[in-house]
Amino acid sequence: MTASERIAGTVANYVDERTGAAKWMKKNLNKVFPDHWSFLLGEIALYSFIILLLSGTFLTFWFDPSQREVIYDGSYEPLQGLEMSAAYASTLDISFEIRGGLLMRQIHHWAALIFMAAIVVHLMRVYFTGAFRKPREFNWIIGVGLLTLGIVEGFLGYSLPDDLLSGTGIRIAEAIIQAIPVVGSYLAFFAFGGAFPGEAFIPRIYTVHVLLLPGAFLALITVHLMLVWYQKHTQYPGPGRTEKNVVGYPLFPVYMAKAGGFFFIVFGVTAFLGAVASINPIWLYGPYTPGQVSAGSQPDWYMGWLDGLVRMAPPLETYIFGRTISWNILIPGLIVPGIIFTGMALYPFIESWMTGDKREHHLLDRPRNAPNRTALGVMSLTFMLVALINGGNDIIAVTFDLSINQIMWFSRIGIFVLPPLAFVITKRLCLSLQRADRDLVLHGRETGRLVMMPHGEFVEVHEPISAEKAWLLTQHEQNPPLALEESDLRGVRRPGVLKNRLRARLSKAHAVAIPKATAEDLKQIEHH
Amino acid sequence: MSNEIEAIKDPGLPAHVHRRADTDPKAAAKAERQVAILFLLSALGTLTLIGAYFFIPQDSFIFFPVLGDTNAHQLFLGLGMAASLFFIGMGAIHWAKTLMPDEEVIIQRHEFRSEDEDRADLIATAKAGAAAAGLGRRSLIKRSLGLSLGLVGLSPLILLRDLGPLPGDELTKTSWKAGTRLVTDPGDRPIRADDLEVGAVAQTLPQIGEGVHRKLSDIGKDAVLLIRLRPEEFNLDAERLSWTHEGIIAFSKICSHMGCAVALYEQQTKHLLCPCHQSTFDVTRAAKVIFGPSARPLPQLAITVDSEGYLIAKQPFSEPVGPSFWERSS
Repeated sequence: MTASERIAGTVANYVDERTGAAKWMKKNLNKVFPDHWSFLLGEIALYSFIILLLSGTFLTFWFDPSQREVIYDGSYEPLQGLEMSAAYASTLDISFEIRGGLLMRQIHHWAALIFMAAIVVHLMRVYFTGAFRKPREFNWIIGVGLLTLGIVEGFLGYSLPDDLLSGTGIRIAEAIIQAIPVVGSYLAFFAFGGAFPGEAFIPRIYTVHVLLLPGAFLALITVHLMLVWYQKHTQYPGPGRTEKNVVGYPLFPVYMAKAGGFFFIVFGVTAFLGAVASINPIWLYGPYTPGQVSAGSQPDWYMGWLDGLVRMAPPLETYIFGRTISWNILIPGLIVPGIIFTGMALYPFIESWMTGDKREHHLLDRPRNAPNRTALGVMSLTFMLVALINGGNDIIAVTFDLSINQIMWFSRIGIFVLPPLAFVITKRLCLSLQRADRDLVLHGRETGRLVMMPHGEFVEVHEPISAEKAWLLTQHEQNPPLALEESDLRGVRRPGVLKNRLRARLSKAHAVAIPKATAEDLKQIEHH
Repeated sequence: MSNEIEAIKDPGLPAHVHRRADTDPKAAAKAERQVAILFLLSALGTLTLIGAYFFIPQDSFIFFPVLGDTNAHQLFLGLGMAASLFFIGMGAIHWAKTLMPDEEVIIQRHEFRSEDEDRADLIATAKAGAAAAGLGRRSLIKRSLGLSLGLVGLSPLILLRDLGPLPGDELTKTSWKAGTRLVTDPGDRPIRADDLEVGAVAQTLPQIGEGVHRKLSDIGKDAVLLIRLRPEEFNLDAERLSWTHEGIIAFSKICSHMGCAVALYEQQTKHLLCPCHQSTFDVTRAAKVIFGPSARPLPQLAITVDSEGYLIAKQPFSEPVGPSFWERSS
């Protein structure tokens, strides 16, 4: 026994005698994690969160979350002598006086953008592969919650410096609060401690940004990871992989080294961006005043779709009994996002209701094998994309010398037309891919070699694909749609006919598929 | 359906293929050296960071292709930090990929559902506990507890009441009164009609006393835009025309949609454009909305001149400025 082994043994013994951790550790060090690049997306989100905690803590040491008016006397000459809030002045100080301050600000902002992007792409991976199915519905809902909180947290974060751009964003948020029927103006006055902008808002959102929401994030992320750990990770289909097993690498040492190393890579790339790519240069915008605005006002990308929806809304307001309802704000600002996020959170339950599938699923779907789900996902993304494009309509108009009115009309029409179109096209593409899979299994791979037969005919030589590949292309289940009888055996109509009819139709749409190749089919072809 | 037809068989996990480093000691030694080099690069990165922090002045700039003139202090600090982190990660992963075992392992999943026996036990325990507490029988306790919990939930709402004052008439009133002079922003200078040429635009605020501090929340309601056109270019009714002065027309600068400053004026078309959501207002027709999401024109401020020839407000705004709210009556 070497000296270091003896020391490690003593420490381990000390801990185990007090906690009994050895049993748990022994079991978990051998835990197996499946390997796939798409499983790294959630990791990127997790690591960005840690980077945000670290860089954010650094920033709090110098940031002064106050709207007290001060005269700037720092080293950035264009703003010297100007009246501004202490929040803005201290952000300038972080950028120009504190060594490493600008780097940390830029790392923090880049990490926030990467955090949100990683969450969104991770969510897309989980959705398109059907990883949200039983038993992982809780984790799906937690994920939707994290996405929602992330949007809020990001918005509050870039609002803190109190520059002209972010102040305009706060003004818009205030207008949304104010538009809520009955209680809107009261809520706005409570939130801002009086009339906009007041002097209370920045200190208040600071507490929310650095304490409340990070606390909520920590709690939710912990539960999210514990569930992944306990339920074990899903895996992609392939030879040797079943619903009952997990194929991959043990936690110690391989997965630990890879995941730990990946944290440093994500941090390194974020630091590189912070070093070379300027982001949110608040000194160019100037301090906030409600009477001014910077042209090309743009929120961060994860808010862009919301801004785009607000921009394309029709100019609708209702005046009734001496009261005003601002549909032009309520619909794009609250109602549509509310429907989108609620629908997203409920999707696992909706799908399981449509298909009647209440079984556990640990093998992921290939998106083409769930055409309806994939098409619905692409449809939702198309909706978001049109909204996001419209959120940048002014930038697009200037960059490409287009008319802003035309872009707006394109979006107003496109938001209704393009998503359904995307649905139809995606579904057809999925079915075509299924057909291609079937052909590949039955007729083999095209080799590109042409052979002339004795009677003069030219044929291309096909090579059978490997057993592994054939299995991958045919392992998926193809379930028939739900058979819902409208009346029972005695001819009495069942209750809830309309609901059942809807469910049957959805189930039928969901079950559309090209029959996969079977061993039977293969044998028949061989006989020819 | 799929059960009846014979499916294609799962060939099972493919045999493991050894890497070169698994069989060739030379390749393994090479991989080890590569990992070490990556870790050393990280150490070099940290040294760069330290060097940049202490020895590169904060105001030194260097030229880099693509980046242009860049602050050298910030750039090398960041590059050093990026390298110090990135290469630790690269080293660890290269180590895992070349030298750690790469044979895939299979473990079995367990079912999450508890055994029927355990479930029955739980139900019995829960029932016994509830019965022991008398939850079913003692409805007086249950109801009074429900009441008190409900009321406790209210207290945070009560305690948050002082977050802010009630709106009162704050949303409907501005500082503009009959006779208030319009002054430039910035500068606080009174304006004569002749100061504005035809086609010119000016941002103004109501005059306030010497040394009085102007609050941002007042600017958020009071900001007014002056635009001078030729009088014949207006297309206004008689009342609104009487609110103008020698071709000068005044609008609230706070957008009637979501409160941004309506700052873009197109001289050719005489349109005002809000840069936030592109609501477009026609100046010649009393800021009528001609495009975008805003549902109302910008409120017009009636102006005239006082005895000294300075522009003044004829009367307060006739309607609330800024975004809509529930209590707004039109």
